[in-house]
Amino acid sequence: MLLMTIIEYIRQPWPWYVSGTAIAAIMVVLIFFGRSFGVSSNLRTICSLAGAGKKVPFFQFDYKAQYWNLLFLAGTVAGGFIASHWLSSPGALQLSAATVRDLQALHIQFDGLTAPSQLFGSAALLSAKGWIILGIGGFLVGFGSRYAGGCTSGHAISGLSNLQLPSLIAVAGFFIGGLIMTHLLYPLIFVR
Amino acid sequence: MIKGIKYILTGILFGIIMSKSEAVSWYRIQEMFRFQSFHMYGLIGSAVAIGILITLLIKRYQLKDIKGATITFSDKAWGWKRYLTGGIIFGLGWALTGACPGPIFVLLGQGFPVMLLVIAGALLGTYTYGVIKDRLPH
Repeated sequence: MLLMTIIEYIRQPWPWYVSGTAIAAIMVVLIFFGRSFGVSSNLRTICSLAGAGKKVPFFQFDYKAQYWNLLFLAGTVAGGFIASHWLSSPGALQLSAATVRDLQALHIQFDGLTAPSQLFGSAALLSAKGWIILGIGGFLVGFGSRYAGGCTSGHAISGLSNLQLPSLIAVAGFFIGGLIMTHLLYPLIFVR
Repeated sequence: MIKGIKYILTGILFGIIMSKSEAVSWYRIQEMFRFQSFHMYGLIGSAVAIGILITLLIKRYQLKDIKGATITFSDKAWGWKRYLTGGIIFGLGWALTGACPGPIFVLLGQGFPVMLLVIAGALLGTYTYGVIKDRLPH
């Protein structure tokens, strides 16, 4: 009974301060394990495991020291599965009305889910637009995070927590890029 | 293998936290880049505020990790070109896919198979950086 009550409680969408605290806790746990919190370096490790080091020196590094991070990454996939199967919120996502309107103007309908099925359903793979958003978007994330030396976890959480000016510059870059995409490029991409 | 289990468990917790925080939501990222909700700013801001405090305490009291080694933090190499340029490129992708590297994998677990294409793109992007990095300003 108590367990059910706890699960019911966890199932509600979490307020930002609970989530923020929990994310900081993950960083702290990894620090006490003698590691550092950074997800995007796994992409480099996977490239090395696939043999990229044979041709490109950047991928010749002690990737075995990163195995712990791959286990962490496998855990995140499992965590997503657990959350969506047994801990999903009872109601629709509480998106701001202004965002719903803005997206509607771009012909993207708010469906109350995590991501619009219009763009992230498997049917997206049947359209050129779907491939652009998913493939090129992923490419930019992978290229940019390695060029910047980290992503949201490595720079925005770990780096800023350690008061690193380079991380602040990177995070400013994340936002400049995000604003350009949202306000200048979205109207071109989603013109219909 | 036993030693590895704690990383898997931490990852599972992280995946659940990212899901329940809605930081994995494409909609929430759009809301953030349109400045239409405090949610993501409060989330990142509170995580960083607590992170700064704990990092300071760890340094101040020279705390040790579970292996008994004093915890050290490495500084990021100085510069701005790579951070700004790389950051902007990353931001373009973040707003397009609505997901940064952690959430890409969380969403795969949530049942979005199209994330495999995003992961393939991200791996290709990482590989491309490795190939041309010496020709880029850092």
